[in-house]
Amino acid sequence: MQEIQSLMHGFGVALTPMNLVLMFTGVILGVIIGVLPGLGGANGVAILLPLTFSMAQTPGGATSAIILLSCIYWGALFGGAITSILFNIPGEPWSVATTFDGFPLAQQGRAGNALTAAFTSSFVGALVAVIVITFLSPVVANFALEFGPPEFFAVYLLTFCAFIGTSKEPPFKTLAAMMLGFALAAVGTDPVTGTLRLTFGSTRLLTGFDFLVAVIGLFGIGEILLTLEEGLAFKGASAKLNMYVVLQTWKELPRYWATSLRSSAVGCFMGIVPGGATPASFMSYGVARRFSADGEQFGSGKVEGVVAPETAAHAAGTSALLPMITLGVPGSPTAAVLLGGLMIWGLQPGPLLFVEQKDFVWGLIASMYLGNIAGLIVVLTCVPLFAAILRVPFSVIAPIIMVVCAIGAYTVHNAIFDVWMMVVFGVLGYFFKKLHYPLAPLVLAIVLGDGTEAAFRQAMLVSQGDMSIFFSNALVGGMTGLALLLLFWPLISWLYAKRPRKSTPA
Amino acid sequence: MSDGQDAGRAAFRRKSAEIGIAAVFFLFGALVMFDSHRLGSSWGDDGPRPGYFPFYVGLIICLSSLVNIVRGLAIPADKNSPFVLTSQLKLVLEVLIPTALYAAAVSWIGIYVASIVFIGYFMRWLGQYPWWKVVLVAFGTALVLYLIFEVWFLVPLPKGPVESLLGLD
Repeated sequence: MQEIQSLMHGFGVALTPMNLVLMFTGVILGVIIGVLPGLGGANGVAILLPLTFSMAQTPGGATSAIILLSCIYWGALFGGAITSILFNIPGEPWSVATTFDGFPLAQQGRAGNALTAAFTSSFVGALVAVIVITFLSPVVANFALEFGPPEFFAVYLLTFCAFIGTSKEPPFKTLAAMMLGFALAAVGTDPVTGTLRLTFGSTRLLTGFDFLVAVIGLFGIGEILLTLEEGLAFKGASAKLNMYVVLQTWKELPRYWATSLRSSAVGCFMGIVPGGATPASFMSYGVARRFSADGEQFGSGKVEGVVAPETAAHAAGTSALLPMITLGVPGSPTAAVLLGGLMIWGLQPGPLLFVEQKDFVWGLIASMYLGNIAGLIVVLTCVPLFAAILRVPFSVIAPIIMVVCAIGAYTVHNAIFDVWMMVVFGVLGYFFKKLHYPLAPLVLAIVLGDGTEAAFRQAMLVSQGDMSIFFSNALVGGMTGLALLLLFWPLISWLYAKRPRKSTPA
Repeated sequence: MSDGQDAGRAAFRRKSAEIGIAAVFFLFGALVMFDSHRLGSSWGDDGPRPGYFPFYVGLIICLSSLVNIVRGLAIPADKNSPFVLTSQLKLVLEVLIPTALYAAAVSWIGIYVASIVFIGYFMRWLGQYPWWKVVLVAFGTALVLYLIFEVWFLVPLPKGPVESLLGLD
């Protein structure tokens, strides 16, 4: 039980008064970010990342910084549920499925029950995912220590092909958006030879595009422009959460243990294989409806219909950090931003992290347990406060969010040029969202572009340009094969659907 | 949704938006391929040349955007729903243009003054708030930002002539 020992050591690292303060600060900020339109986990963390630059320079500071940022992430995951249930506005994409039963419950005056169920099942989902991370990530990291360039390229390939295979957006749009990310990542100095690429003589482009600026523009400005179009009338149910309602709901929840377990499993799987929290929440809602005794009543305000998507979304959002810390391949845009933070602080994500930065890794894992407990306490006690934030009129909150986004973009490199790029990315984000070009693979490609290219070129150097290196052993061949299957999955399912059916389907 | 005749009119439709964006993608992909070819997209003496990887990235962008253009062209007239209504577009532009001006203004009047003007415009023009509320929120936000960034986290933000007049930089 090496892991338990390491974990206890991690609790020792994470449990300082300073870190506890950061944990609560992070969670509260995160819930606010999750509740506000235009701010979400990914760009909330991106905006606050520059504030941690100096913090991470102090001894043990990197651990404090990751605790702050990951707690913002947990807070944002919790916050999405509040707007879904009270206002029927999903604060985050993964909360859409929560509105199906959460909002009807609120209309029936049972908002308190819905919120308690959502928060508690979020907590359960996250807890299962953290336990999975605790015991699985050392194994994965140990395994990955043996990885060479072909294996790493196969992991990257698998990540990106999974987007095409699991995304509900048109595959060619996913492909185009993803490749746009790779092209943007290639701008600037070639990591291998140092040649300037795609700069067209501009000195501003020498360092390339920073994905943090892209994230702030695409998710922040783009989202605000979209929200404006909808016209804003926040008419929400009022939220009252007292101990009586909480206890009453907690008495009801153990009935749904099977749903919780299934949803956690779906969530963990979708988080580790980069499908992400959003498909996980929908899938889990669908599964729960099929298995539940009163599945037909889903959508009319069943507590079980809140439990299923929330458990899965939180499990997926949390387990997305597993490939991030063990392989350096994030499973979600927010995990990608956290990965970017690690690199800026001077930590190299990947299997060596478990050998060289034990304090950091186990401090982070221990903080996931503590951060989610902190999150549960904060959301259960402060719901009315957070709901009040949503009642601030949009014409006041929107310009403030825009200004905060601009400052976030500026502070990444202290460059005003980045503020202009943010506006450009904002317009792109607006069009992409409306036309269903997915943003997650675009962001991940900007982050991982250089690593993917380096792994590919190194592998090609080893094999002298022979592509068969990606099938040279069972491990790399298996991953490449799975990646190709996912890549062609839309084609396969399309052909299958078009197949003329002569007999009645079994 | 549409409360007036003008509000219900489409500024442009989905078909044109799909084709337009896919065409932009295509041009971008072609640009990437062009520059990669210039750098050498083939196999050199010492392995793949700098343009090798981006060349294929550009190629995939071009091919997939061609598919998207064709799919856009194939949208039947009855499914060609409005992409954005004129009333919506007007609102979006009323925010987007000032945002672009704001980003441009930051470099010469600093982020604080620009932010005060921007928040003020937004609240007064789009929110029709009384002046005292506008002034309170705009200056209050600038003050809070100043405290967080310059005082607590020691992150300097861009300043302009007004700040140097006040001796703040």
